This record gives sequence, C-alpha cells and structure tokens, in this order.
Amino acid sequence: MAEETQTSQAGAQAAGAAPSAAPGDSPTVGTAASGGPRPVKIIGIVCNWCSYAGADTAGVGRFRQPANIRLVRVPCTGRVDPLFALKAFEKGADGVLISGCHPGDCHYSEGNYYARRKFELLERMIHHLGIPKERFQWTWVSASEGQRWQQVVTDFVAGVEKLGPRKGRAL
Amino acid sequence: MRIGVFVCHCGTNIAATVDVVSVAKRALGLKDVVHAEDIMYTCAEPGQAAIRKAIEDKKLDRVVVAACSPHMHEMTFRRCVDNGGLNPYLFEMANIREHCSWIHTDIPVATEKAWDLVKMAVAKARRLEPLWSNEVEVNKDVLVIGGGVAGIQAALDLADAGLKVTIVERETTIGGVMAKLDKTFPTIDCSACILTPRMVDCAQHENIDVMAYCEVDRVSGYVGNFTVDVRKKAAMVDWTKCVGCEICVQKCPAKAPDTFNVGLEPTKAIYIPFPQAVPKRAAIQVEHCRWFTQGKCRVCEKVCPADAVDYEQKEETVQKRFGAIVVATGLEVFPWEEYYHEYGSGKIKDVISGLQYERMLSASGPYGGHVHRLSNGEGPKTVVFIQCVGSRDDSVGRPYCSSVCCMYTAKQALLTKDHCGMDTEVYVFYIDIRATGKGYEEFVKRVQTEFGVKYVRGRVSKLYEEEGKVMVRGFDTLLGEQVEIAADLVVLASGIMAANGAKELAQKLSVSYDEFGFFKEGHPKLRPVETNTAGVFLAGACQAPKDIPATVAQASATASKVIGLLANDKLKTSPMIAIVGQKDCVSCWKCIDVCPFGAPERQEVRPGELKSHVIETVCQGCGVCVATCPVNCISLKGFSTDAVLDQIEEALLS
Repeated sequence: MAEETQTSQAGAQAAGAAPSAAPGDSPTVGTAASGGPRPVKIIGIVCNWCSYAGADTAGVGRFRQPANIRLVRVPCTGRVDPLFALKAFEKGADGVLISGCHPGDCHYSEGNYYARRKFELLERMIHHLGIPKERFQWTWVSASEGQRWQQVVTDFVAGVEKLGPRKGRAL
Repeated sequence: MRIGVFVCHCGTNIAATVDVVSVAKRALGLKDVVHAEDIMYTCAEPGQAAIRKAIEDKKLDRVVVAACSPHMHEMTFRRCVDNGGLNPYLFEMANIREHCSWIHTDIPVATEKAWDLVKMAVAKARRLEPLWSNEVEVNKDVLVIGGGVAGIQAALDLADAGLKVTIVERETTIGGVMAKLDKTFPTIDCSACILTPRMVDCAQHENIDVMAYCEVDRVSGYVGNFTVDVRKKAAMVDWTKCVGCEICVQKCPAKAPDTFNVGLEPTKAIYIPFPQAVPKRAAIQVEHCRWFTQGKCRVCEKVCPADAVDYEQKEETVQKRFGAIVVATGLEVFPWEEYYHEYGSGKIKDVISGLQYERMLSASGPYGGHVHRLSNGEGPKTVVFIQCVGSRDDSVGRPYCSSVCCMYTAKQALLTKDHCGMDTEVYVFYIDIRATGKGYEEFVKRVQTEFGVKYVRGRVSKLYEEEGKVMVRGFDTLLGEQVEIAADLVVLASGIMAANGAKELAQKLSVSYDEFGFFKEGHPKLRPVETNTAGVFLAGACQAPKDIPATVAQASATASKVIGLLANDKLKTSPMIAIVGQKDCVSCWKCIDVCPFGAPERQEVRPGELKSHVIETVCQGCGVCVATCPVNCISLKGFSTDAVLDQIEEALLS
C-alpha cells in the first residue's frame, strides 16, 4: 500500500505538469519506422481461461488486429493487482487493457467480481493521476469470442492512437 | 542462470510473417540466454529432441519456446523439458502464432512484436522456480448430467467399466429427445426400439443410479473430488410406492400441456410421459392440478392402488461426491413460433414443427401414427417441408447449421409417402442439402428418385391460409421463378438450440460456452470431449448440434476419457498455487474471505499465534488472495508479482 501511495503522489505532481510536457522528453518505447510518431504501446493483462483463449480464438480465425498490444497472461483477473496497471503506466505504456471472463463465467467462480470492484476504483484513480480514461480499459471477452476480441483491441488501440503516445511520464 | 530459447517456424504458420531466424539470433544477446535456435516444428520429435539435447549440452536451467498458444502445447513442452531432466515448471512459452503471426500481415511489425513476446517470456523465465505436484485421492464415482441418448451411452460405458454412475435427469424419465423420435435416418430404424432397451439397461445396471426429476443445483470442488448438490423435485407421488399403472392418469379430470408430445394434444395433470418411460413413475404438474389450484379433487389419491400420491411432498436436496462429471444436457428445438411471423407464428393449425411431426408419425404418439391435418383430421394429399427454420438464418440470430434437419426432413418425407400413400405430393424447400454421414447422400437420392419427393431449391417467403389450404409461397432459385403450392400440411424443419438452462449449468460447472449456449470443448481437435475445467467432460448436442451416430460416438469417447482419468488412484494437482509467507502475515484473514475454494486456513504456528496457511490440495491457483493480501505476503507460484512486473517492464523497454 505504501508503494501505491508514493506512486500516486508522484503521479499527481507529474500530472500537474503534464499539459506542458518537456519538449526534450523522448519516447520510452518503440521506434517509428519513418520518422512519424512512434507506434503506441499497450499492455494487455488477460485471464488464462477466457480472454487469453479468446485472443487465441481470434488468432485461429485470422481476425486481424493492430500490433500494438503485448499480452501478459494471469490465471484470473482476480489475481490482477492494480499495481500491474500503474507499473505499466510508470514504465511508459500508452494504454492498459485488462480483460477477463464475463460476470458469472469466471473459471474460479468469482475472481472477476473481486477484479471488477478493483478496476472500477482503479479507473477513477488513474483519471486522477492525469491519465485520460481512454488509456485504460477493462472488459470481458470469453474464450469463444474471437471476433469480439478483435473488436475490443481495434477500438482500444484506435482510442489510444487518437491521443498519441504519452509525452513524459505521468507516474 | 542459463536460459535456452527455441523459436518455432511452425512450417510457414509463423515463419511466413515473423522472421524467426532473426528473432532467435537476437535472443542470444539477452541476459542469461546461452542458447537460441530456430526450429522448423518444435513440437515434433526432432524439435523436442533438440530441446532435450540443448538442456544436456548447454546445461540449460530454463527453457523458453516461442511457438503457438500455451493452450495448445504447454503440456507437450513441459513433458519434453521433464524428459530432458529439467523441472517441467522451469519452462515458459511465448505465443507468437495465435497472438502474432496469424493476426498480423506486416513482416517487420510482426517480427518486432514476436521479439517483444520472446523478451517477455525470457523475463518471466528468470523468475521461475522448480515446482512439484501434490497428489490427491480420487473419488471414482461419475455424475452424468442429462439422460438422453448421450448420457445413457456414456453411463452404460462407464458402468460396464466398473465405475459407479449417477444419471441426473430433470424430466421424470430418461430418454431425452431421441425418445420422441419415430424413426432414425438413414436406416429407418425404429427409434424407440434402439433406445428403450438401453434405458432399461440403465435402470437395471447395478452400477447406475438413475435420478429422474432432479436438478443439479450447486457444484463445488475440483477434478477427482467434486461435491454436487442434487435437488429432487417434488413429484407429489412417492416413487418408492408408485408402480406406473397409469390408473391415476386415466382418472385425472384436469388437462395439462403435454411437453413430451410437443403440445399436440393435452395430457393430464398427473402424467407419465410415455409408455416406455424409465423410471415409469407418475408426477403431478401442480400448476394444472385441481387439488393444488382449486383445493378440491384428490381423485388420483383415491384411485391409486399403491397409495403413492402424496400432496405434502417437498423438494429435497442431497449432496453427493464425484470424481468426474459428464455433461450431456442435449438440445432444445428452436421456438419458431416466436420468430417466423411469415409462417403464421404457430396460429395456422396445419403448420407444425419437425418434432411435432415425429410425434404424429409415432405409433406411441397421441394419434397412434395416423398422419392427418390438425384442422380437420383428413389425411393430407400435399405435404410441404421447409428446411432451415431457425438454422443458417442471421435474421433470427441463428447463423449455424443445425446439422440434422436435412436428414430428418428426408426421412419424414419418405415416411409421409409410406404413411399416406405414394400418390401424396411431397415437396421439400431447401437451401443446400447437407448429407455428409455414412449412407446419407444415398438416402436423400433414394427419397428423391425412388419415392419421388420433389426438392425445390429456395426459401419460402410466406405461409397463409386460403380456402382450407395452407398456401406456400416461395421462390425456386434453380428455375428462377416464384412458386405457389396449396398444401394440406406444412412441416418446418426447426433447428437445434442448446438446452434451456445450459448457460446457468455452465456457470455452475465453470466451463466455457459460446454465444448460443453450446459448451466449449477443450480444443476442437486435440481435446474434443474435455472442457477446460479438469474433470468435466462433454457428450452430445450440448457441445454442438449433432445427430445420433455422432452423439453416441462422442458419448463413448467421453466415457473412455473418464475411465482413463479414473484409472488413477491418485491425481497430480497443479503446483501453481498460492503460498503464504507466514513471517509477514498479519492474520487479517482477508484471504479466507475471498477464496472461492476455502483453501486458506488459520494455522497455529506457535501456541496462541494464528497465521494463514494455504491447503495445497484445495488451492486452485486463481490468485485472488494474492491480489487481496494487504501486506503482499501471499505469492502465486508460476505467476509471481515479480514475474508479471518483469514482463510488463520488458515489453515497454525498447
């Protein structure tokens, strides 16, 4: 908890400075191929049983997606510590997407319910840190919803791209 | 630390989009990586041999394979690493196929992403520790949910192998949809003649306990040790006394809808669905019973020679333990009346569903097998069949093929000629004929040529009544012209849906299902009868629409999988579970509050000092306690916080 408090304070300070980000602030991730803005980099945290498998289903079905997301697999969204998302933003992620099983469908019965409560708070906290809400999303995608996964990724990446890469670090 | 990285070409599946050679070369530059190579097919024997050889030659202590999804081959590679002399949990996979090469087309972009995924996997590998499985005792009893032909077949196979089986069926009799069928395609075998002896076998088998008129309320536990609450519904008849004589049914003055006969004719408030029911026991539909609705009658009680009627009977729940569960909940017929208003929404008497027609054809049905018009009782001279009603139709939310309707329509067309005479005009409107089973195509051809059934390729746009006929207006797409047929009887080949309540059951069992409520198999090819929940298996149409031969084959396949599982006296549990660092535990018991399995317990570490302790064989490794612990003293083996954070960090480093 102590760690989180520290980061949020640091975040609040940085957020205040965010609108006039230092011009020399170099992108922390990725390289643009042809001099344009670098591609946005997004961390996806997905549960093993539903959304990771849903992304597999999307792959098997060749549902094309933007290549900006790097997925981290966890057993259940209930295992997701809000720290994961904050750490990702601290390390320079332009967006964080968390996805698990639909309510009622959790492989472990109720892990996603605990997750949902945390994410709702986390969503508000991230906003207060000066990170626009479009950069953070949590949702549900089941193992059979390959097409939905494609849609979620495509929409989220489009939203983050609209904002562009984050200049400077908010955290 | 000595990490080996193996990047798979997967033929061209990966190599066509990802420059696997360069990814492997770059991997050599990563910290701790002492070996990296690209392999054509890593999962094949030469690939696995290369991993084992590298473990030995390079003294590897961690292995990373960048290939397909871990859902595909994680177990394969864990075994391979184990055979190579390394702890199987010192292995990590990077999914550069499903999550990369198959969804991207740009080679540099896909290669860059694959490189990131490999880096992340290496970062995680650094955090891996050797893990060892525990063993738990296995309960060898099997629960079969659903007593249709799938459940019956699975139960009999399991029982013959010496396992104790409990069939839980929500209706008052087993038999399912097959019991309602008159004949089966393509052999025109009598359905009841095939099925009812198997039902009797179930009832008489010493290893099978048939629990009819029961529901599965709650499922807890895990593979080898499930605890299931089964609710016995109140039949208002003491089944230990009832002998199935049907005197009560004959004397009962109250009518009630007959679901077994698909609503063709009413049954009585006290009923036995059909003569060959197993168990043959009466039950009262209380919402239609005069005693329950009006407070007078009690005729059944008076006439029952066995004194079995019990109006005070209550539901009761029994708790049972099983080692494995077979789900065989079957199907429901698409409720076409609610969707196809152009076909009269069920208001035209002579427009019926395929299943209603089966009951009409059946000798044990309400009409003794007499095919007639429901409007006036006359034998039909012109019968029209319409296929794909509630199948392959996006407009009603059913894009899939129900797989059985082409064949059952052909069968019913043949039987129509058989029952009503060869001079009866029979038309079938179809989109495509799907006759892919053994002898199916030949059967359809026979129906067309030998029996003279006229097949019209096209959809029917409207059914309406005119001068005592049902007018069928459709379009013949082969002739390119509109057709109109004055029919006496129209039979709709209504499609297949997942059984009512399938979704709720899936949630109780923690298994996945698709948007239509069909249960999701572990893998369509590799694990077609398993689910992703260990110990829960599938049989029959609950997984996808399928015909009887396919259902029976799948049920037997499921049984063999269950027998294989329960051949073990003990099962290995996953070692990827939570562990409490008791030194830091503040005994707040939040872990106990959130755990869905009751894995954490209060352990007395010193007299009077209680700390949390996770029972290894109960923990399922979800990690909710890990994310809940306010002092971060619980760790999830294989998914430690450090491992997750390192992956995130690695992904964001350029």
